[in-house]
Amino acid sequence: MSFTTFKKTTLALATALCVSTVASATELTVYTAVESDDLQKYAQRFNQAHPDISIRWVRDSTGVMTARLLAEKDNPRADVIWGLAATSLLLLDEEGLLEPYAPKGVELLDPKFVDANTPPAWVGMDAWVAAICYNTIEGEKHGVPMPTSWEDLTKPEYKGHVVMPNPSSSGTGYLDVSSWIQLWGEEKAWQFMDGLHENISRYTHSGSAPCNLAGSGEAIVGVSFAFRAARLKSQGAPIEVVFPSEGLGWDMEAAAIVKGTKNMDAAKTLMDWAVSRDANELYNEGYAVVAMPGVAKPIENYPADIVERMIDNDFAFSAVNRDRILQEWQRRYDAKSDSK
Amino acid sequence: MSTLTTSRITGLFSVNQEAWVKLGLMLIALALMLIGLVFPLYTLLLKSVQNSAGDFIGLANYRHYFSTPSLVNSIANSFFIAIMTMCLVVSLAFVCAYGITRTCMPGKRVFKVLTLLPILAPSLLPAISLVYIFGNQGYLKGLLGGESIYGPIGIVIGMCFWIFPHALMILVTALSNSDARLYEAARSLKTPAWRTFLTVTLPGIRYGLISCAFVVFTLAITDFGVPKIIGGQYNLLATDIYKQVVGQQNFQMGAVVSMILLLPAVLTFIADRWVQRKQTAQLSARAVPYQPSPSPVRDWVFALLCFSVAAVILLMIGTAVYASLIQFWPYNLSYTLRHYQFDGLGGSGWESWFNSLKMASSVAVIGTLVIFTVAWMVEKTKEFGLLRQWVHLFAILPMAVPGMVLGLAYIFFFNHPSNPLNILYGTLAILVLNTLVHFYTVCHLTSMTALKQLDPEFEAVGASLKVPFWRTYLRVTLPTSLPAVLDISVYLFVNAMTTVSAVIFLYGPDTRLASVAVLHLDEAGYFASAAAMSVLILLTSVVVKILHAMCTHLILKRSQIWRQR
Repeated sequence: MSFTTFKKTTLALATALCVSTVASATELTVYTAVESDDLQKYAQRFNQAHPDISIRWVRDSTGVMTARLLAEKDNPRADVIWGLAATSLLLLDEEGLLEPYAPKGVELLDPKFVDANTPPAWVGMDAWVAAICYNTIEGEKHGVPMPTSWEDLTKPEYKGHVVMPNPSSSGTGYLDVSSWIQLWGEEKAWQFMDGLHENISRYTHSGSAPCNLAGSGEAIVGVSFAFRAARLKSQGAPIEVVFPSEGLGWDMEAAAIVKGTKNMDAAKTLMDWAVSRDANELYNEGYAVVAMPGVAKPIENYPADIVERMIDNDFAFSAVNRDRILQEWQRRYDAKSDSK
Repeated sequence: MSTLTTSRITGLFSVNQEAWVKLGLMLIALALMLIGLVFPLYTLLLKSVQNSAGDFIGLANYRHYFSTPSLVNSIANSFFIAIMTMCLVVSLAFVCAYGITRTCMPGKRVFKVLTLLPILAPSLLPAISLVYIFGNQGYLKGLLGGESIYGPIGIVIGMCFWIFPHALMILVTALSNSDARLYEAARSLKTPAWRTFLTVTLPGIRYGLISCAFVVFTLAITDFGVPKIIGGQYNLLATDIYKQVVGQQNFQMGAVVSMILLLPAVLTFIADRWVQRKQTAQLSARAVPYQPSPSPVRDWVFALLCFSVAAVILLMIGTAVYASLIQFWPYNLSYTLRHYQFDGLGGSGWESWFNSLKMASSVAVIGTLVIFTVAWMVEKTKEFGLLRQWVHLFAILPMAVPGMVLGLAYIFFFNHPSNPLNILYGTLAILVLNTLVHFYTVCHLTSMTALKQLDPEFEAVGASLKVPFWRTYLRVTLPTSLPAVLDISVYLFVNAMTTVSAVIFLYGPDTRLASVAVLHLDEAGYFASAAAMSVLILLTSVVVKILHAMCTHLILKRSQIWRQR
């Protein structure tokens, strides 16, 4: 290598280094339960608008992220929460873990998607909706018919063929349990779950696992959520997506600033972007219902009337009773659970 | 005269100085063990008798534990699994070890290499393969006769796979240390073969056999990877710790389960040390090594048995490789490499592999230097007897501590807000320290053995020549022990690459490891990518192992040149 090339290379390297140090001026630690196949996309889109802030994702299922945030209460390690269940954020707000902030443009969102306090402690992003994945090939082979309602799943022909997420670790699991209680009242809901428990072969750690298991034929029926079901179906899995007739439980993915963050400006920038039109269009690529009205376009493998079929969800109820419901659930069914 | 006095004075001074350096090094070693092992374990013990607010509550957590049936069941489950695994692995390993040492079966070398493979893979790999072999869509599902692989059956098979090489190595060593004169005597007395086996062979290896059983038992009761993937609803102590800590962030209960898991591990460890001590006096200096003579029928029977074991090993690994290359099991069997593009499956795919590589290399380099130097201080210095004994004891201790327990102890100790070391939390440094401590014992013992074989004269000559001790160490001791040093570094590298139990609690957003990624991919339901990542880990270890074999070969060749002169 001649001396000039050497000098050039060094120069280029030095410039690259300088640029990269400037570009990663701020690092935000973001806790999330957003589906892992989308994380990179979320960060990329955000960085198109704000290349000066880099995101360090910490991702696990909803219950685990919630428990982790609670456990780190005295020594928070996260700057922002972007994509965690609203029921969890209500709980975290109650514990004084969130920094209220009204992002620029929050008034353009559907008020239902924004925390009622001013300034709001959290803002919603999109709704994720319960769905059942049914493996058509295995169903036919084993003579297990396609279910159409939640009640169907307690029928004897489903014994050992149903997989569902564990509500203590999975947000999807919890929204199922909470929606059944809201639909039918406590007594009938627990009765239903007792019956369902008889047919369950396994409770999984995450909300997408049941659908993945159904997709690969390890189970026939997977209680999961519409996003994963639709995506697997378009990837060619032999599944039918079932939206049970009684109504669909759902929860909202939401974002908030963690109190005590040392990167307040960057955190606010992220929050501002998280409510923007671009962000809502991004959410719409996976979710049919998003916080900004008029953005949502229909998505492949989702029913057109999905909004009408979503139950009238009482988030306050879900959040306040979360601990009690999960305790009761563990007492009844925990022996049959995946190690979370 | 005056020059003589000066030189004596400087001589004295330098001896003193050397002693200070030695003392300093010993104290650093002690500090490392206190920080890396003793303090964290003590914090863990404290946590188990505190409530979540940190107040002392006596044994209330333990009472709560023992009054929760779903938790207590795990104790029986863990013992059942460990004992089953122990029986199976010890008998299989015995047959194979017998084949290697006492017969002239063909293909011994190939067989030995094949049986090494499971050690190079994370324990998650056999569990993933089992799902593809015996799961609801498994291609050999029929063999299970309607039983589910998710549960005790799967756990035991998976554990047998990755524990087998450990057992085999111990038994091969035990069976090699036998005295041919006893067999000659038996033959001249016309003792029937079965009787010779019962009265000569078995008693001769009894300590090795017991030690092997202990090692297998400990590995099985503390393993986390296999039951995590394939355990289904079957709860074990190791998975309970994870469940309490990661799933529910109930750290106190995690600490309680850890203490309960620590108990059998420590007990078997003590028993094993006791047995080991007995074993050393067994073989006299006049013993003649046993050389098997060919016997076609016996040799082929053993070859058949051994190679069916090897076939199972290959089947498991082959299945993982196959699973990672299939488009969409079981409906689309076309080949693809897409599962190796981990992008978009959690944000860190290949990055976690690089992290693992970084971590494993650091552990290998730093660990080897630290462990070998400490072992050298313990073995070759004459001063500070008490201090040396303590360091030796702490060096042996880590083997008794299960990975899950050590990992949790590290959370408590290093994430404490008032611990100045908490800047380490979530960094690669803490992963390196943890892994180093976790696998310390075997390396320490290997170093000690290698050092014992060196003549103590080296140090004496060095001292009489007034060469500082570190120069003797760097110029003589280290180079002559190079093969052992390489062995240690490769052992550390492979274990750091494959371990999942301790580091699962300690990785940070930037330091996720490949083995942890396997677990997360499986949890999220990306089974093919999980298989791909474990295959990647296996390949990495294999490559390093091959490099190691080549290095050792070259070094031995060079040292031979030296000897030939």
